[in-house]
Parts: sequence; structure tokens; C-alpha cells
Amino acid sequence: MDNKTIYALSTVFGKSGVAVIRISGTKAFDVISKMTNYSSDKVVDRKMYLSKFCNPVSRETLDNSLFVFFRAPASFTGEDTVEINCHGSKAVIRSFLDALSLLPDFRLAEPGEFSRRAFYNGKIDLTKAEALADLIEAETAMQQKVALSQMEGRLFNLYNDWRTRLVSMLSYVEAYIDFPDEDIPQDTVFKIENGVFKISEEIKVHLESNNVEERLRDGFKVVIAGPTNAGKSSLINAIVKRNVAIVSDVAGTTRDIIDAYVDLNGLPVIFSDTAGLRETEDVVEQIGVELAKDKISQADFCLFMFDAEKNSPDIFAEYTETLQVPYLFVANKMDKISAARQKELEKENCILISAKENQNISVLTTKISESFQNIYMKSATALITRQRYKEALDECLTCLREFSLHKDIELAAEDIRLACRAIGKITGQVEVDEILDKIFSNFCIGK
Amino acid sequence: MNSLYDVIVVGGGHAGCEACAAAARTGAKTLLVTHKISSIGEMSCNPAIGGLGKGHLVREVDALDGLMGRVIDKAGIQFRMLNLSKGAAVRGPRAQADRELYKKYMQEALHETANLDLKEGAVEGLLLRDNVICGVMLADGSEIFSKAVILTTGTFLNGVMFTGHQTSVGGRVGDISCTGITPYLKTLGLNIGRLKTGTPSRLNGRTINWDILEKQSGDKNPIPFSFLTEKLNNRQIDCGITYTNEQTHKIIRDNFSKCALFSGLITGIGPRYCPSIEDKLVRFADRTSHQIFLEPEGYDTDVVYPNGISTSLPADVQDAFIHTMKGLENVEILRFAYAIEYDFVNPQELDHCLAVKKTKGLYLAGQINGTTGYEEAAAQGLLAGVNAALFALNRHREFKIDRSQGYIGVMVDDLITKGVDEPYRMFTSRSEYRLLLRADNADARLTELGYNIGCVSNDRYTVFKEKEEKIKQFDEFCSDKIISYPEIEQQNISVKHNGKKTLKDLMGYQNVSRETISKLCPEISSVDEQIYEQVEINAKYAGYLKREYEDIAVFKRDENLQIREDIDYNKIGGLSTEMIQRFSRVKPKTIGEASRIKGVTPAAVTALLGYLKK
Repeated sequence: MDNKTIYALSTVFGKSGVAVIRISGTKAFDVISKMTNYSSDKVVDRKMYLSKFCNPVSRETLDNSLFVFFRAPASFTGEDTVEINCHGSKAVIRSFLDALSLLPDFRLAEPGEFSRRAFYNGKIDLTKAEALADLIEAETAMQQKVALSQMEGRLFNLYNDWRTRLVSMLSYVEAYIDFPDEDIPQDTVFKIENGVFKISEEIKVHLESNNVEERLRDGFKVVIAGPTNAGKSSLINAIVKRNVAIVSDVAGTTRDIIDAYVDLNGLPVIFSDTAGLRETEDVVEQIGVELAKDKISQADFCLFMFDAEKNSPDIFAEYTETLQVPYLFVANKMDKISAARQKELEKENCILISAKENQNISVLTTKISESFQNIYMKSATALITRQRYKEALDECLTCLREFSLHKDIELAAEDIRLACRAIGKITGQVEVDEILDKIFSNFCIGK
Repeated sequence: MNSLYDVIVVGGGHAGCEACAAAARTGAKTLLVTHKISSIGEMSCNPAIGGLGKGHLVREVDALDGLMGRVIDKAGIQFRMLNLSKGAAVRGPRAQADRELYKKYMQEALHETANLDLKEGAVEGLLLRDNVICGVMLADGSEIFSKAVILTTGTFLNGVMFTGHQTSVGGRVGDISCTGITPYLKTLGLNIGRLKTGTPSRLNGRTINWDILEKQSGDKNPIPFSFLTEKLNNRQIDCGITYTNEQTHKIIRDNFSKCALFSGLITGIGPRYCPSIEDKLVRFADRTSHQIFLEPEGYDTDVVYPNGISTSLPADVQDAFIHTMKGLENVEILRFAYAIEYDFVNPQELDHCLAVKKTKGLYLAGQINGTTGYEEAAAQGLLAGVNAALFALNRHREFKIDRSQGYIGVMVDDLITKGVDEPYRMFTSRSEYRLLLRADNADARLTELGYNIGCVSNDRYTVFKEKEEKIKQFDEFCSDKIISYPEIEQQNISVKHNGKKTLKDLMGYQNVSRETISKLCPEISSVDEQIYEQVEINAKYAGYLKREYEDIAVFKRDENLQIREDIDYNKIGGLSTEMIQRFSRVKPKTIGEASRIKGVTPAAVTALLGYLKK
């Protein structure tokens, strides 16, 4: 724990009318001076103000929100505190948390940290303290559970791999520093420059391609693919309830990929219509098909739609085999087929709808939003955890960028030490013994 | 019953010497009891002091007016500042000693110490009343009374030596071991374990073919250990370097079954950073050669210490493999290598003052706490000595050094919160505040502290204050002196035009030498090198130091939150049984210490914190 100014969402993350974001610490007032039009002489403490809030870097408007300033020590934590009451949509909360992370010396609060600060400043009594310990225990357990479930597989391996490589590089530098009289090959030390550069590039790319951040800002991408005239444009129309796609009975009229934005249970979702998936001689249409295939590969979710009268889901076999994202088979024109055929398709895990008759559209959209909830938004904790990863990785990257072997070696070592400390916040702290183990197993030390 | 002494120190090794001297300096009437007065200050293994981390410790001992730095400055025969090409924080002074001179000067220093008596004898028991220490019992049954006792028994507690499958009882070659004390420690309920270390053979330097060997020389301008030594005029001598080869390795490998280590005879854990040659061969099987330093043990002796081939192989095998090495073809082996196993006390039994938590008045320092090395021992001895004196004199004060103040603090904190799995040795990588805890500023970090507690003499304090004042003045001068851009650029320094540049700013630049700085500001040419260096280091490390100071502020907050001694962990809501056990076993004295105990969770610390605020 450090003395930085901390922020966190104090209300439950989800679709609520109002969300409260609390900021506490010596620089808390920066939120007002850098994100609103109010200056310190205009703000009286314990009084509520309405103001436009904007991102402190891009100056982009976030929301019109209420804020209150509590001057130290008359606040919950005993520090300067600002509370923002903003609109409760996930996108707004998200944009506020993002914006706060850009303020210098600000960071996301640890579980129970507001209360812990309250302790240090003599603001909490014993009964609260005991409850707090339970809370932190519970929160930590839950976080670990979420973190584990999220970090199984690819992400876990990725972060752990970075950590392992950093520890190994640090052990080279530390060995070079602590054992000058041993025959430690100098080239091992010089090799790490390249290693550090590689890791920082990887972290940078990872941070930039962070799906969830991007999706919450730009929307989750759902692609609707299927043979010509399966009713894809009609489905989009039914979903957005306005004409964003060209609808026509002539096969092949939709050649452009059309995006439509909708709010599905609080999540921004983009639906993309595609040209029909079929081999064609028409050059213009050929381009459309290529685009559709390309679009499928970038989707977060895929709807394979077909005409229930004419086709079965097996026509998509070549696409679904290699697909990395979740998908659904959508059988359109359910009103035109027999009950027996309907049962058959249901057995094959198809969602039956009628785009034209507006039948079962909400069943479909619920399925889609549930899938996103499951994958990306299991709980508020999951989101917070990710924000924590991002901060840790940002910090790690900053340290690695400082690294250079042109500096004195002990300063270069300090950069890697701090980078290890940062990534340790995600993967478990790097202890001195771990470095020493590495040194003694890699180098023959000892006279 | 009146105590004859305030403090009794048992053992005359490096911990014992500093312990008795520190207790006496602090004002306690002190007695040192040791097997042989002539062996006081013996370097039982390597005839060298210092190195990375270790050199830092010696400087800290010196800053607190300890003896080691001054003695090695007199007894050194080769001085090198390790890592001289790297930055200040990771430079460590090292010197080889004339073994006899070192003993001589150490014994002289003790003889000159006021308040201190030396006595020959074997302590075989502790005197206790109501679980409070009140003296020691000697082998002849006589009793000596005191208010505090410091045990610095080194490798002597139930020491057993191994050469191959041959074992002999003793604390050092030619010396008896001490069997009487361990049962007392067990009665007190202390957790006792076994550790192992070893020492290589000794060679006759007259029979080494020095002419064909590489040489390692000392520094041209040797830098002393002690802040009080102005200049070293010692004659310096060279060491030789040789290497093991495939033939050496073959002989060792063929005889693995005969070595004590692999045959299961030795059960204690040895240090990984001081492996025996057979260990190195197993762990680095692909290496065909290892470096061996041949270090003369003094000016007037033929004994040479071969650094790098400690072993527990039998004598005939040692004899065979040593002769395979270049320059050692015809060497005479004066004494064979041996491994030694001894009792140690789990240091988690101790507090930050090195006092045994279960028994008032009992202090432990050195290898008995699971450490290795003369410097580690000396540093603990000093800390225990001062604290035992404060306790015996009823000063109602404790002398604590925390992790942000010195390597001594890092070591003691590591020992008492984490315990040891192998003999503990200091490395600079153990410190989280490495840029601040430097060998060059040990006086600035500790001398004032020591003076206030009463273990630093007026003379040293005066010298320190003068130096501190000079640094302050020079720092102010450099911070105020503005240098114009044309002047800077004239010296080929590239500089961003963003605000005024002071002389101190420029001193912080990479690759800007004192010579260049002198051209920009000729007045500074008369400034003492040590003074210049301090300001330069602060300028070079400025950004990083700022961060370390911020970290330290947070660290201190938890460090200053005391935990009452009579706390009952069972009464704290929200603590699991496991956490109650961990806390109860170590009995941390502060929240900071509690949070560093192995396996303790942040939630448990929060619960503890909440309870304390009641």
C-alpha cells in the first residue's frame, strides 16, 4: 500500500440509476480541478454541485454528474474525499474509471482500502474493523476465484511467462552486481537488454488489444452470416427496430457490411449484416463475400442464420469448425415450417425465430447478451480485477521503458525490480529468495 | 545476590568481539569468556573481510563505533573496492587480512576497551532464576553472575567435523566443542536445528609455482573500511588464480561415494553460495573448470588459503585432486579440508534486539542464529551488545535498526520474521532500499543513531558532524549555483533547454565527470573527494531515491504501530486458526513485522490492526 490517491466504484456495478464513485487521498481535489469546470475557490465542502465531467486528457465529455467534496479530516477515510454521483450505466462508469486512471498519482483502491485508510486515520471502531476483515477476506477470495477463472489458460500463461522472464533477467543483473568475483559471463547481462525490449513490446501490444476495454467503449461485435436471402437484414431491422439495412427480396442486394448499434441489457453491441455466404461469379458480390468472411474472423459473436424451409445448420460446418468465438444457429422463418421440423431444429441447438413476424427476437437477444455477460462481465469484481491488471501492466511497462544498460547497472536493476513488483501484483510478489534461487541454479557461485 | 557483571559474552569470535566491545562502550561492566584468549578474533575460514553486502555491514559496524573496520584497516594485506566500475550503491570494500595481525589488533583493541574483562574458560551452563538469566556456569562448576548474557558460540555448539567418513568432535580444528549449552536452550523451549559449513585445505605457499599463475592485485589507491582511517599505507600483496580441470573433476567424481555430504553422514543444511567442490560438480555437471583463488594468509607465513575448493572428501582424495591443478603440481598440503556441523537456534525466537523472547536477559548473535560470515556475525554482535547493555543498565531503551536504516536491519528483520532454511549471508539484493543503503553513507545513516543510544564515542561523533556539515554546505552551494546553457554546451554536454540548470543537476548527468564539473566551476576543485562523492551520488540517484523515500514513509507507518506484548490472538475476531498460530509463534512487535511473517495474509493484518485501534 502506498500514499497515492485511490478511487473505486462504491455502488454495485450494473444497471442502476445512479452510481457513486469515491476518490480519497491528498490529490482528490484534482478530480474537480481537472475534470470539471469548477476551481477550488468556487467549491465549498459538503455541498453538492452539478457539473459536466470530461476526460482529463482527451477533454471528451463523460457525463453530467453531481459531486461533493469532503475536506480532510471530516470524511469517511479522514483524507480529502470526492464523491461523484454519475449515471449508472456500465459505459458511463467505465469511462469515469478510465478517466480517473489517467490522473497522476491516482490508482484503483485495493479491496477494503478506504476502510483501511479510515483505520490509520482513527476513523473506525472495533466492530467495523472485524466486519471489515471478513469483508476483505471474502472479497479477496472472490477476486481470486474470478481471477483464477479468468486467468486459466491463455491469460494466465501469458502473465506468468512475463513474470518468469522478468525474474530470470533480474537474477542475471543481481548476480552480476552481487558476485563480481565469480565467473559470471558478462554477455548474459547484455543479452537482457533485448529481452526487456521484447517483453515491453508484448505488454504494449497486449494492453492495446485489450478486448474488454475496447468492446465496452466501441461495442461488442455480432456478425450475422448466412446464405443469401436467409433474412439477415430483416433480423437486424427487427433488432434495432429501424431501417438501417437495405431489405429486398432479390438475392444479393446487401453487398456492404452494415453496422447497427444497440444497447443489449446495458452492453453496447454492434450488429453487422454480411453479404450472403455463397460462391458467386459476380465480381461486386465476390468482394462482399470476402468482406463477410473477414468480418466473421473479427467478430465477438457469430449468428449463423438460415432459411428453415431450405437449409440445415450443417451448411456452416466449414465456418464453425475453426471459429474461436461463441456462435448460435438461427433458423429463420419458423412460421413457415411444421411443428415436427421445428422440434428437429431445436434438437440441433438452433434458435427458431421469424424476423418478419417479430417472433422470438427477444429470446435471441437475451441469449447473446447472456453470453457476453458470461464471458466478459461475470461480475463487477471481474471488471475491477481487469482494471487492476491493466494498472499493474501499465506500471510494469513504464518501468521497463526506463530500463537501459547505458545507465549505471544498479539503476537498470532498479527498473527491473520495480517492473517485477508491478507484475507481482497480478501473479504474486517476487520474493528475494526466488531471485537467489535463480542465481544459484544458473550460475556457479561460491568460493 | 549481586551481579558481578552487567553483561557476559560467551565466545570470542567476530560476534563476541563486537558484542563485548559494544556492551562496554554503552557503559556496561562486561566480561568476555572464551576457550582461549589467544584465539580471540580468529578467522577460522577465509582470511578476508568484506565484499558485496558484507562490506556494507562492516561499514555499518564502523559507523556505530565497532571494531572490525578499524582492525581490518590495520591488518589488511590486499584491498579492493568491488564493483568499482559500477555505481556507488553496489560498491563493496573487501580486504584480505594477515590472519595473525588481525587477531593481534583485535585483541589489542579489546584490551584497551574500558569496562571489559577477558577470561578463559568453557561455559557449560546458564544460570536462571524465574526464567530470567542471571549468569553462566563454567566447566569447572564455578558460577559468574550477570544481568544479561550474550551467546556467540559460532560453530562450537555440538560441533562435529567431517573429513570423508571420518568424524571428530570439535568447534574448529584443534579446538573442543561446547556440549553443555544446547540442553539449557532446549529447556527454555527454544527451537534448535543443525546447519553445516566447511573450510578448504591449507597449502604451503613455498611449494606453489606462482610464476606460471595469473595474478590478482589490490587497488592502486586502496580505500579504507573505517570512516576514521584517513589513509592506508599497508604493503599489498597479490593472490594467484588457478583452475580445476577435467582430471580434477574425474578424481572427485570417482570418489563421490566417499564424501560425507553425499553419503548421508551430514544432515545439516549447507549454504548454496558456498558450495563444496563436489556440490559444484553435481549441480553444474557441464562445466569443465572452476576458478580457484590462492590467497596468502599473511606477510610472514607460508600458509595459503585455496578459495573455491572446500570439500568433505577424505584426505587421500583431496591430496590427489589438488595436485592436478596448474601451479599446484608439487604443493604441500598443510591441513586437509573439513566440513562442520553445529547447532543453531531458529532466529524466529528472537526480537529486533536479538533478545530471546522467551527468556529475559538472554541474547544471541552470530552463527548460533543461522547466519554465516564474519561480517554478519560482527554486525549482530554489536546490536546484541548494545541491547544487552541497555537492558542490564535498566536504561528502558532498545536499540533497533529497521530495514530502511541499514543492512543490519535487513538481516535481523529477515532472520526474525522468516527464519532460515540455510546459513544466511548478506547480499545487496536482499535490500529493497539498495540505492539508499550504501557503504559510502553508513555513517550518515547510523552514527547519529548510535551516538544517541550511547555506543558511539564523542571523537567519532565530532568527526561525523564535521563531515555532515561540509556535505550540507557543498550540497547547498551546488544546488544554488546556476550554470548557463552556453557554458554547459561548451563542455559538450547535451542539455534540454527547460528551466535553469544548477551545478548539482549537471553532477547527476550520466558521464559527466568531476573534471568537467571543475571546468564549469573551478571553485570546487579543493572540495574533499568524499564530500564531492556524496553530493554527486544524491544528484545521480535523485529520482530513484525520491521513490525509495516515499516507500520508506509507508513502511515506517506500519513499523511504528506497536503490538502489545500481552496480546491474545485468540481474542481477535476474524483470525483463522492458522493465522493465530503464525502470529503467536513469532510474536511480532509491530504491524510491519507482523505483515512480513511468512504466510500471513493482508486480511489477518487488517484484523490485527483493527484490534489494536480498539
